[in-house]
Amino acid sequence: MTREDAFTQFLLQMGDNTLILGHRVSEWCGHAPVLEEDIALANTALDLIGQTQMWLGLAAEVQGDGKSADDLAFLRDAWDFRNVLLVEVPNEDFGRTLMRQFLFDAWHSIQLGRLMKSSDERVAAIAEKASKEVAYHLERSADTVVGLGDGTEESHRRMQEALDYLWPYAGEMFQSDEADAEMVKAGIAPDPASLREEYDTLVSRVLTEATLTIPESRFAHKGGRTGAMHTEHLGHLLTQMQWLQRAYPGAKW
Amino acid sequence: MSQVTTQPNVDQIWDWLDAVPDPEIPVISLVDLGIIRDVAWEGGTLVVIVTPTYSGCPATSVIAMDIETALRDRGISDLKLKTQISPAWTTDWLSQKGRAKLEDYGIAPPQPAGGPDKCPHCGSKDVTRVSQFGSTPCKAHWRCQDCLEPFDYFKCI
Repeated sequence: MTREDAFTQFLLQMGDNTLILGHRVSEWCGHAPVLEEDIALANTALDLIGQTQMWLGLAAEVQGDGKSADDLAFLRDAWDFRNVLLVEVPNEDFGRTLMRQFLFDAWHSIQLGRLMKSSDERVAAIAEKASKEVAYHLERSADTVVGLGDGTEESHRRMQEALDYLWPYAGEMFQSDEADAEMVKAGIAPDPASLREEYDTLVSRVLTEATLTIPESRFAHKGGRTGAMHTEHLGHLLTQMQWLQRAYPGAKW
Repeated sequence: MSQVTTQPNVDQIWDWLDAVPDPEIPVISLVDLGIIRDVAWEGGTLVVIVTPTYSGCPATSVIAMDIETALRDRGISDLKLKTQISPAWTTDWLSQKGRAKLEDYGIAPPQPAGGPDKCPHCGSKDVTRVSQFGSTPCKAHWRCQDCLEPFDYFKCI
């Protein structure tokens, strides 16, 4: 794999994570349990979509074939996406949505902190911008996970179920392949595996406070960030997200 | 609209931009908000450097359009807007005038402590957070425990 291919893959991973999670979170718009949560989720989704524009914009620039961030978001098929499986799983209830957000935010904040020191100025600049927003996301999702985990009997049960369901999806964020090795060599991005220790410390502190138990198994569903195999859910998500550009190619408003 | 024959100096242009209101919080100007980072002539082209507040803020494209309109109305036709994301926008760049106007308008200005120091309506220090997010990406939702009025707080980032 050439350095350029590896760099494109890395940028797609960053941008597809924020795009797919941003879309998932936006599905709550108008449906959240209370107005304040609805607004908070919509704002979080908005930040993530904004970050997507920067990551996919840079991916398109590096690819250099005249495509735009919009082309990458709306005209690729499921097998071209490089997001981790965690972000494409359906929202289910509010608890699972917030647990997924927390498991992602914790990784995202550590990753962006490292990327601020990237040898590529453009990557460092995007990371600097995004990390401010993500620090805020993490503060909120961690608070909410604690509130619901250490809440009523029902909220505790639902949060534990959410954690049991989602935990096997967390491991993929720390898997490395040859593209990652290329990024480490170029000083562009850290080895994903090197984030694990800091992640485990952060996540276990919050989940302990939330009176939740982390499953012991280290089994990890994988295949999203390499594009080998996504879950069945991604295709369904894309049919909705890409519908307009697929039905009316090039539509503008 | 008139075509200018001599280049207006940059101080003049800063003044013009200081008259362009933020589309979502119209009591403050784009200059007050601290998002205009530089104004300079490059030959015959006026280059305005703008930094976004939040990366997904829907007002960003409206802001670019408002800058263009304001300057074209002053006769500047050769204009280039550049987006700069680093250094990232911070609420430290809000002007003192902007902070005072926000408070008059009922929006508590950002504080390094992470929350409003007082209710912008009655001045009480007894305030509580309703939600970390509010009506725009840059604000959070708070309430005064004395006058019981809800208010927006401009998040400190």
